[in-house]
Amino acid sequence: MTFDANDSIVRFENVGLRYGLGPEVLQDITFELPPASFHFLLGPSGAGKSSLLRLMYLALKPSRGLISLFGRDIATTPRDDLPALRRRIGVVFQEFRLLNHLTTFDNVALPLRVAGIRESEIEKHVRELLAWVGLKDHVNARLPTLSGGQQQRVAIARAVITRPQLILADEPTGNVDDRMAMRLMHLFEELNKLGTTLLIATHNETIVRRLGHPRLHLEDGRFVDVDSDVSSSEEKTETTATRKAPKRSRSARFPAGSAHRQGTP
Amino acid sequence: MFWRRTDLPVDSDSLGRFLPGIVAFMVYLATLALAGVMILMEATTTWQAGLSSTMTVQIAPEADTGGGLPAAEDSRVQSALALLRRLPDVARADVVNDEAMTTLLEPWLGEFTAVEELPLPRLIDVELRNGAEIDALGLAELLTAEVPEATVDDHRVWLDRLARLARAVGGLAVIVLVVIGAITVTIVIFTTRTTLAIHRNAIEVLHLIGAHDAYVADQFARRALVLALKGGLVGLALAVSSLVGLAYLAARIESELVPDIAFGPLQWAAILVLPLVVAAIATLTARGTVMRALAKML
Repeated sequence: MTFDANDSIVRFENVGLRYGLGPEVLQDITFELPPASFHFLLGPSGAGKSSLLRLMYLALKPSRGLISLFGRDIATTPRDDLPALRRRIGVVFQEFRLLNHLTTFDNVALPLRVAGIRESEIEKHVRELLAWVGLKDHVNARLPTLSGGQQQRVAIARAVITRPQLILADEPTGNVDDRMAMRLMHLFEELNKLGTTLLIATHNETIVRRLGHPRLHLEDGRFVDVDSDVSSSEEKTETTATRKAPKRSRSARFPAGSAHRQGTP
Repeated sequence: MFWRRTDLPVDSDSLGRFLPGIVAFMVYLATLALAGVMILMEATTTWQAGLSSTMTVQIAPEADTGGGLPAAEDSRVQSALALLRRLPDVARADVVNDEAMTTLLEPWLGEFTAVEELPLPRLIDVELRNGAEIDALGLAELLTAEVPEATVDDHRVWLDRLARLARAVGGLAVIVLVVIGAITVTIVIFTTRTTLAIHRNAIEVLHLIGAHDAYVADQFARRALVLALKGGLVGLALAVSSLVGLAYLAARIESELVPDIAFGPLQWAAILVLPLVVAAIATLTARGTVMRALAKML
């Protein structure tokens, strides 16, 4: 991986993380995610995948090391500027973290409302996206009435509604069958083609193998080179990095009904 | 916009459960305290205005003399007179002459001419300048120092004591108002903190998707305002009915001393503003508490 602070979306340098006085759950993490790259984050449970993601979506401060997002050093960024950075990151939380008292619509609309978007625009965007993830008929449903898979799609819709530059997903396909998992992965690939940088933590070997994106492998809080896959993934990182992201215009839309098309790979 | 819908669950958290009741209670107490202050202030003014601007100084007869000396020969009377006439607030001070005394005593003693034979007290009629605010208690002390047998026979003396009592009670009521404010702040802080804990997940999610602290805090402030206004109106209604009940009882007692419980427009305005003030305190407190809690997050 090359280090060019101005280019990378995410850059970690010798980052360590410990909770309280406990042992370091992440040690010497150094990597970067170039724009429009697509990586899988692999590793056994407890390896530190979620902690790494939490550092990236600014829920935690590292105990040591440097983190920069979109070219900005987090340690020196004033607290008031952090919400603006967070809005450029879409997060699919492992446990979804949807608001159960709100409807599907309101959950997905939340990032737009927080950003102060006009209600008339919100309406259009949210309906469009909900149709795209196949939840057209559940727009006004209360969250607890949805199945796990449907909630997962709500969580993904909420993560992508603001067209973030960086999407972080923690086991986004954990609650759905392989068919739906592939469909959601294609959604992510579609966003990636539009220039979004993605990092997806997953256990689903089938998907990782099938999509063939580069992998970051965590074990005991460190990145490890487990197999020959890594070298190939390094190459792929380069390819991803050099691949020209298509010019994104602000008016870019999610193609209507493409969720259904993508459902049949 | 401030009145926009909320992203937080609005039912059955401690803010929703406790705040209206607490505010109702606080507004009730505050209204009664405030009304008390205003009634006392009103009453003291009425009492003072109702008094004539005269008073009487009485000088007891000397025990050893069979009858009183003529006023002009009694040095005590003369020094009291001199003292009174020196005071700037005194317009006139005269000894009540024997004829007047006879007339005064006639209803009790019948036609009796030898007034000077009796050990009667000497009376000095004092007239005060218009609008003079004389310290009757202070005057009495002054006179007694000069003439130990002198007493000031005046409603002002006990009225002054009453006025002092009224002022003390008024001060107490003001302290009660301040304490009510402080209690409201404390309770709102604790209720808001509990509510924050309950909504922790929702708040964290809002925070992580890029909400500014003010976005979250304003939602709490908005809720606190609505809940506090509801509670405040209930408290106000209860307090006003209590006051009306008191006014009814006071009117039945028919005593000059029982003050009228009838408020002017200004006083009603003060009472109506109270729930708004308490609601404002609750709103700002809730907002501040949330802002402080959020500042601890990255």
